[in-house]
Amino acid sequence: MVALLLLIGSAALFLFYRMGNSWEFALRFRGMKLLAIIVVAGCVAFSSVAFQTLTNNRILTPSIMGFESLYLLIQTFIVYFYGDQTFKVLNHVDNFLVSVTGMIVFAFLLYLMIYKKGKNNLYLLLLVGIILGTLFSSLSSFMQLLIDPNDFFIIQGKMFATFNKINSDLLWPSLFIMMIILFVGLRMAKYLDVIALGRDQAINLGLNYNRTVKIFMVLIAILVSVSTALVGPITFLGLLVTNLTYELFKTHKHTVIITACCLVSAITLLLGQFFMERVFNLSVPISAIINIIGGFYFMYLLLRVKKL
Amino acid sequence: MIEVQEITKQYGDKVVLDKVGMQFNKGKITSLIGGNGAGKSTLLSVISRLLSQDGGVVLVDEKNISEYKSKMLARRLSILKQSNHVRLKITVRELVSFGRFPYSQEKLTKDDVEMVDRAIDILNLKDIENAYIDELSGGQKQRAYMAMVVAQDTEYILLDEPLNNLDMKHSVQTMKIMRKLADELGKTIIIVLHDINFASHYSDFIVALKNGKIIYHDTTENIIREDVLKDIFDINIKICEFDSKRICNYF
Amino acid sequence: MVFLYRKGVYLRITVLTLILIILAILSLFVGVADVTVADIINRDIDKISLIYVSRLPRTATLILAGIGMSVSGVIMQQMTQNKFVSPTTAGTLEAAKMGLLIFFIYTPAAGVTLKMLSAFLFTFLASIIFLTIVRKIKHRNVIFVPLVGLMFGGIIGSISTFFAVHLNIVQDSNAWMMGDFSAILQGRYELIYLTLPAILITYFYANKFTVIGMGEEFSKNLGLNYNHIMNIGLFCVSLTVSSVVITAGAIPFLGLIVPNVVSLIFGDNLKKTLPLISLSGAIFLLICDIFGRVAIYPYEVPIGVTVSIFGSIIFLFLLFWRKR
Repeated sequence: MVALLLLIGSAALFLFYRMGNSWEFALRFRGMKLLAIIVVAGCVAFSSVAFQTLTNNRILTPSIMGFESLYLLIQTFIVYFYGDQTFKVLNHVDNFLVSVTGMIVFAFLLYLMIYKKGKNNLYLLLLVGIILGTLFSSLSSFMQLLIDPNDFFIIQGKMFATFNKINSDLLWPSLFIMMIILFVGLRMAKYLDVIALGRDQAINLGLNYNRTVKIFMVLIAILVSVSTALVGPITFLGLLVTNLTYELFKTHKHTVIITACCLVSAITLLLGQFFMERVFNLSVPISAIINIIGGFYFMYLLLRVKKL
Repeated sequence: MIEVQEITKQYGDKVVLDKVGMQFNKGKITSLIGGNGAGKSTLLSVISRLLSQDGGVVLVDEKNISEYKSKMLARRLSILKQSNHVRLKITVRELVSFGRFPYSQEKLTKDDVEMVDRAIDILNLKDIENAYIDELSGGQKQRAYMAMVVAQDTEYILLDEPLNNLDMKHSVQTMKIMRKLADELGKTIIIVLHDINFASHYSDFIVALKNGKIIYHDTTENIIREDVLKDIFDINIKICEFDSKRICNYF
Repeated sequence: MVFLYRKGVYLRITVLTLILIILAILSLFVGVADVTVADIINRDIDKISLIYVSRLPRTATLILAGIGMSVSGVIMQQMTQNKFVSPTTAGTLEAAKMGLLIFFIYTPAAGVTLKMLSAFLFTFLASIIFLTIVRKIKHRNVIFVPLVGLMFGGIIGSISTFFAVHLNIVQDSNAWMMGDFSAILQGRYELIYLTLPAILITYFYANKFTVIGMGEEFSKNLGLNYNHIMNIGLFCVSLTVSSVVITAGAIPFLGLIVPNVVSLIFGDNLKKTLPLISLSGAIFLLICDIFGRVAIYPYEVPIGVTVSIFGSIIFLFLLFWRKR
């Protein structure tokens, strides 16, 4: 089964190599894209699977928790202050660092806020996150009103995820962070198996439940931040790939699910990118396509299941 | 030995447990009985660290449970709550294997496999060990979870209304297994029961709670008496002797 | 005793009505063009016509939209038996947006009636889907239901975004959706009066919505036609939301926070609190609008932004308040 997937994966990879007069350049360019796709796939796969197990729910994704709106708010803020000087003052690396730090700090404050209340209620956490997200979006729209329309395009470029303008300075550090977190995460995946049995069972089986959940939430926050800062928001990718993975791999072992989900995400993104560029020649950003497919699939899931 | 001292738990203004203190006898079955809202399940959850108390301590083998490493405590004490709704694609055998998680995590040793086999055997799950949990009936599911607890092989076993979803046949079977675990393997079992006759028939000791306080704690024969039961449940209960066991009639 | 209590209710209604009138008058005189009471007394034709053409429609729309959105919130909360369900947290607003967008794609030149119909159909459909989903949720967790609703809305939104991006009208469609009362003029706002029948129906059906919220079997047992009443409720909500969205754009959070704040202060008896909820909704919207008009004077902050900022902060307070 895994071999099958690897096959499809490499096939997609193969599709990626096609034509090109200046093949060296094309290879380099596509190689970068491929790497970016792998980084995002890893981030999204682990964060979504872990989050869904923690919340015992398959229709949620951590990226709706306000990260993406915060990212856009930060971008708006930067443009608001520096206007067309933005790129001179803050290069890509600085921007990346600011965004990632901002999102992680946000996540920590959010966790602190909920946990200090003594309620380890992940649903509440998520809802508060979403609402803060709308607050951030409103603040962004407010500031965007005050921004020079020409500078607005800088922000609009950040509103949709794309793999076409990846900066190589960011790619390697992101890949590095993703690999480390994924390594730690996979080693901890056995705890997810137990958490999936429910809180009471997990405690009964000797898991330090609250601490483990917090550790996972930190890992999730880092991954979502890195992925968002690298390519931009792809809200519903996680929803699509996790559920596809559950359908394809009927197992409760999280090491398997997460690994499979990484592959499924990478394949989804590769195929998405491929079809978009070569077949349909669409100018639509990939995140919009992924979101619409993910959206329809999600509706189908919601209406198909008998009980939520 | 499990001992609780001055356990207090309240939700808002409502006091659910009011300075509860007692010791549970080793190698015996102790039933917790009492009306709705008396605090039975809450007490069980506090003892098993599923719920944190507002005051007091729980000692397992003379050591405060908050000082145990979670994994170590899970080798001494197990708890099975009444609601276990999991929609996982997981077989009975896989579930039972989770009982060995406190010892070997996910990599089972030969001994672990033996323990799992034994647990499956004790609960008569051999025929359905490869069936998926979500395809089982309520009673089968309950037995699968109980097998997991048995595989966990802890000195102390806590059960919260284990007979809730079971028909008469399986209720009797379950209680007989509990008896076996206590008599043959020397397990200490604490069990929350609603049916007074099951408590009368299968337990060695009975603890009665009312309004968050322990009002009786004695051997079964000293509790199953008309005056005592009236005090606990506020209804008149007639007791008949049948095959040297006492049966309560409260209809 | 009963009389005294009734009197209390009337008193509250009177006080709120007075506040509303004061704010409404204030709203008439705030704006870029300076209009004073003296102008009216002096019969300054230009200024009076300004009031007539622009200010009066604006204030009327604000009041009706405020009442309409908060009442829709109440209906939805009753029907789902969940305090945190509202047009914002059930995908209703996004559905209206999608209706407008689809309409825009296929018949860009058609009139306002078609626009209305399209938005109405989409909100109606989305509400039915949302209710179907809610009924599937086993544990009707207070937090979980709005969470699902927000996800649902996000998904409808992403579908719209796809088409918007494809047709290169992201900015336009964002602009339509941003609740904004500055463009309201005589002749372009009258659709808002469609909220009136919806509001009236709600007053008569309030208790029945509560009953059907208890479930199909429960309401059948009480002799109510479940589907019939549910359709009426959805009809009212869809009518209100779509007409507000078309005239003014999306006004988030109103249907969420106003009923909740009112119920925190005055309790849950719908027959008594419904007038209070309507009045408070209108008052809240007027305050936000006046604030938006003076905050970065002479420019205007769209009301969608102000309401959203105030609304999300208040909602966060509600979330934590409830916990205590």
